[in-house]
Amino acid sequence: MSTFLGMPSLPVFGTGNLHAAESFPTAAHRELGNAQLRANLGHATHTIRDKRLQVVSELPDWEQLRDAGSAIKESVMARLPELLEQFEQNFTARGGVVHWARDAEEANEIVAGLIRDTGETEVVKVKSMATQEIGLNEYLEEQGITAFETDLAELIVQLDHDKPSHILVPAIHKNRTEIRDIFLREMPGADPALTDNPAVLAMAARAHLRRKFLTAKVAVSGANFALADSGTLAVVESEGNGRMCLTLPETLITVMGVEKLLPTWQDLEVFMQLLPRSSTGERMNPYTSLWTGVTDGDGPQNVHLVLLDNGRSAALADEMGRSALHCIRCSACMNVCPVYERTGGHAYGSTYPGPIGAILSPLLTGIESEENSSLPYASSLCGACYDACPVKINIPDILVHLRSVDVDSKRGKKKLPSQMDVGMKAASWALSSGKRLGLVEKGLPLGRLAAGPDHKITKLPGIAAGWTQSRDIPAPPQKSFRDWWAKEHQSPETGGTNAPARDKGQANAQADAHHNAQDKEDGA
Amino acid sequence: MRIALFATCIVDAMYPRTAQATVSILERLGHEVVFPSGQACCGQMHVNSGYLKEAVPVVANHVHAFDTEDYDVAVAPSGSCVASVKHQHPMVARSCGDTALEARAAAVGARTYELSELLVDVLGVTDAGAQLGSYFPHRVTYHPSCHGMRLLRLGDRQARLLRSVRGIELAELPEADQCCGFGGTFSMKNADVSSAMLEDKTANIRSTGAALCTGGDASCLMHIGGGLSRQGSDVTTLHLAEILASTAEAPASVTGEVRVATGKATR
Repeated sequence: MSTFLGMPSLPVFGTGNLHAAESFPTAAHRELGNAQLRANLGHATHTIRDKRLQVVSELPDWEQLRDAGSAIKESVMARLPELLEQFEQNFTARGGVVHWARDAEEANEIVAGLIRDTGETEVVKVKSMATQEIGLNEYLEEQGITAFETDLAELIVQLDHDKPSHILVPAIHKNRTEIRDIFLREMPGADPALTDNPAVLAMAARAHLRRKFLTAKVAVSGANFALADSGTLAVVESEGNGRMCLTLPETLITVMGVEKLLPTWQDLEVFMQLLPRSSTGERMNPYTSLWTGVTDGDGPQNVHLVLLDNGRSAALADEMGRSALHCIRCSACMNVCPVYERTGGHAYGSTYPGPIGAILSPLLTGIESEENSSLPYASSLCGACYDACPVKINIPDILVHLRSVDVDSKRGKKKLPSQMDVGMKAASWALSSGKRLGLVEKGLPLGRLAAGPDHKITKLPGIAAGWTQSRDIPAPPQKSFRDWWAKEHQSPETGGTNAPARDKGQANAQADAHHNAQDKEDGA
Repeated sequence: MRIALFATCIVDAMYPRTAQATVSILERLGHEVVFPSGQACCGQMHVNSGYLKEAVPVVANHVHAFDTEDYDVAVAPSGSCVASVKHQHPMVARSCGDTALEARAAAVGARTYELSELLVDVLGVTDAGAQLGSYFPHRVTYHPSCHGMRLLRLGDRQARLLRSVRGIELAELPEADQCCGFGGTFSMKNADVSSAMLEDKTANIRSTGAALCTGGDASCLMHIGGGLSRQGSDVTTLHLAEILASTAEAPASVTGEVRVATGKATR
């Protein structure tokens, strides 16, 4: 007999490391003060940016590839339930086991349970965003299970008990001297004579990791792609550590967001061109590992996949925001972002920093979660991210959309309207009529008065103080263009504002004359 | 051609000479300029700050002002405001379920041009010196604003026009394609990050040795000029319309306080 428990309440928002604990401006203020961080980031992002541009310009069909990537992802989102079931069927038929996790807690419990079943207390890990999103390492630690990151940069961050600040280059905020110090302090058996030479540091990490690979019985990974028509999973990486984790242990547990699906093998062709060029600026990544269930006598014999929702269904339900799920985690958007370049990834709080994080985090958690409502404002809307995105996610439009979701979510809930609320309401009144704006502009001479003899305004109160912290405002003109035009073109007979057709020569002379007259009036 | 000028609110209120220069250029080319008097603002400040509801009357006002006037094309001396008219207005109308307004907004957007776009693509200006008499004997650097560059795909239209001004010395701006950090209310809500971006932009501008920085958007120029002023720099900002309108007989003033005081401006 079955018991009807009712429909689950929708939407189920994401949990785990998706939250900004403090508002973006507060966090950014702190991070901006770190000169070392800004120098590292500036150098690193510019280097990757140039490399990306170089390899992208080699492909004459780059724009068509972007279109194809976007279209494939759009079709995946449109028929996600069907494709997920197709994938599960194929993966299961080849000996894999699929688990479904609604949120971070469920996913963590499933993974911990699977590890416990093996009797092991240590696991090696392939670099994975999904497991960071759910806070798997921390959860496993509470359960008495130690997870070893094997990606070099992830290892550095983990040894330092820090958080990644970039999804592709997690230790982008650390320099080599800092890394040497971390190794000496935290890596068991590190040579006390260790130098900060990058090759020496890499060899030290290699020796440390090799011991782990050869003893680990269980590995945990994420996945870049899952192919529905064959039940295949794919991991794309640079170092080969992933390949070790995916092939040596007896048990392999993969945690993957449901949006990573691709319909067919052939679709991989598009993404294998888009991803390496967009992420590391390489024509091809060094290691691509693909596995389809269990292969007898070769590789892991217990293969599991945890399919993670964690707010993805909620994001999918947002018509304007859903294309954020097209993201293939290449990090091109953060490498070109002028905001990310200066604040670094920690300012965004969530596992997903930069422009994509500013939309993805609030979409997954809901706009009202902790300080995530501050994230969509962390952009000047310059649009560099949209141009760089290999799957053409219109990040600026989604940022603007989420700002309106934020403003609307707060309407009627505040005891007092904010300065911004009041200002926007007043501006809406003044700017929705030429007459009213004209009336407001009659006050320009007051602004001139405020500017004083220096002809500039250097200090403003309230939220406008943000402007004058680094910028002056020029003294306004004596009168608006509107007033000038009316004076010059008002015809008393018709009452219209437009000049009757005049001969060209006269018009030129008039416009030029008034251009100069205004110069004189303004005291130039 | 009968050309409707959309002055934009910031130029109307703060930089009237930019609009006067626009009028002057178009009239020199033999066109008639009209100024739809109901116009006020494109509303992108509201849209980009999340106040979609408050943007609706602003957008409706603009659409009304520009579809009740008789003209061939509309022009604004701003890439950002034109991008808003073209891309945001139909979206705002859609958001409030007004399909009639959406259609009218799309029609207005379709015949609204950014100044350099109109000059190059429609009016066939290839040589500002020869066709407009533009003369501006100063060392100038040029910041291509993001919305013109990425939303309107203006490419090198503005730079080409500037290069064809007689007497001008155009100094290449390092990292020109990087945002200046203005971003509307971003400059106040995230003032620290905005200021950090501005700092790098002004450092690049100063490194060119130019006397002034020009561009196609008064808002970015107000931000850049305000920063230069605060830093005590002598470098000023000037909208490219004023450079194009400048002639040997009636040269544009480059020291006016409206562009931002340098502390050394002659008054």
